[in-house]
Amino acid sequence: MASVALSEAEKVYIMHGVQEDLRVDGRGCEDYRCVEVETDVVSNTSGSARVKLGHTDILVGVKAEMGTPKLEKPNEGYLEFFVDCSANATPDFEGRGGDDLGTEIANTLYRIFNNKSSVDLKTLCISPREHCWVLYVDVLVINGNFNCASVSRIPRVRVLEDEEGSKDIELSDDPYDCIRLSVENVPCIVTLCKIGCRHVVDATLQEEACSLASLLVSVTSKGVVTCLRKVGKGSLDPESIFEMMETSKRVGKVLHASLQSILHKEESLGPKRQKVGFLG
Amino acid sequence: MAMEMRLPVARKPLSERLGRDTKKHLVVPGDTITTDTGFMRYIGEVGDIVVGRITERRRSAEDELAMRGFLQEGDLISAEVQAVFSDGAVSLHTRSLKYGKLGQGVLVQVSPSLVKRQKTHFHDLPCGASVILGNNGFLWIYPTPEHKEEEAGGFTANLEPVSLADREVISRLRNCIVSLVTQRMMLYDTSILYCYEASLPHQIKDILKPEIMEEIVMETRQRLLEQEG
Repeated sequence: MASVALSEAEKVYIMHGVQEDLRVDGRGCEDYRCVEVETDVVSNTSGSARVKLGHTDILVGVKAEMGTPKLEKPNEGYLEFFVDCSANATPDFEGRGGDDLGTEIANTLYRIFNNKSSVDLKTLCISPREHCWVLYVDVLVINGNFNCASVSRIPRVRVLEDEEGSKDIELSDDPYDCIRLSVENVPCIVTLCKIGCRHVVDATLQEEACSLASLLVSVTSKGVVTCLRKVGKGSLDPESIFEMMETSKRVGKVLHASLQSILHKEESLGPKRQKVGFLG
Repeated sequence: MAMEMRLPVARKPLSERLGRDTKKHLVVPGDTITTDTGFMRYIGEVGDIVVGRITERRRSAEDELAMRGFLQEGDLISAEVQAVFSDGAVSLHTRSLKYGKLGQGVLVQVSPSLVKRQKTHFHDLPCGASVILGNNGFLWIYPTPEHKEEEAGGFTANLEPVSLADREVISRLRNCIVSLVTQRMMLYDTSILYCYEASLPHQIKDILKPEIMEEIVMETRQRLLEQEG
């Protein structure tokens, strides 16, 4: 991600603050900033969501299309990820600058969802070996001011069109005749940045500049860790990794709980809710 | 741990919030859209106080010997504008030990148009911290040095840990400044101080919530109006 230059004294100030559990903006080490979530912002997708956290703004769209199952997994559908770091986000992303970060995040997403306990891919199967649903997930980073992998964790509410018929696949024309993919077990990614001997969640750009190593942990709502990934030039010793995993399980559960409640709340507002979208 | 998620709320456009009347929404080529310098680059004037970060420096031999021991790339300094060139570049000088390298503290970057021009830009606030309001929009909040001789400048930085009480004051001030900026209020010592006092009943991390931010800034605005009236 784009990094910011800090003087030695500023870094020392931030690090001492983290030791005392009082960050620059008054948060504790395990506090998140306010998150805004909205679903169904893009009309021509099967499902979409927009997340805003601090200055970071991310848009995720999911489209379902028919395809053939992979040879080694004939009974399952699959997901394809694509992450686009738009040049709008930071000047570093101009031209091909954002491609590296995009592929890195996409690879992380592939690893996370490669786990049986995250998404039940069998529900995506239409007829074994012949047809299946392929979910194309596109992530667009509109304004990335910090580690966006931590934010593109929102499970998408998916609406798919059902089909009938055996050899001839007929797609039902009714847009309401659909199956929703269960997103109960979709994991959230928690990013923990190690600063000094403590770690923080939801680090700002300045805090990231003080941190030499971070751990990305993807946690499901039940607290199951599906993927672990270390980023950064520095090293992490095994004890801190263990501590960070415990923290991420705790934080992940709270994240999932808040997310579920906000998604329920949004759904309960019904089709008449006022959509804010991008011009609000 | 705290985690808050919320649904987005449509924001009212700024002109509507401030009560201005904007009927015209279509423009044709040649129209002046705004003369508000809010989003324009900082234009220096002689005598302005600025806070700046060293990004690049000349690599001559004498420079290496002399300055690198004191100032590195990435350091923050406070200085005064000495001269302005026709292409917009400014030359800075540090007239006394009051200016110079900045030690531990927090930098807040705002639009230059929000910093009110005053006689002095170095303020020791009674709440327990000091601020430097740079005309270029860079604001520096730092713990008040205990000894009077040891000012914010000079070239040696004190790297000892800052006490928790001072940190709380600094974080609160930083959040208050951010709230004032989102509501487009002018920044000067009185407005920052009033905002600080209005925020005292709330927890520091709550100040950044939109509703609390609005409440605090409204109270500040009222107090400032009463003071002027």
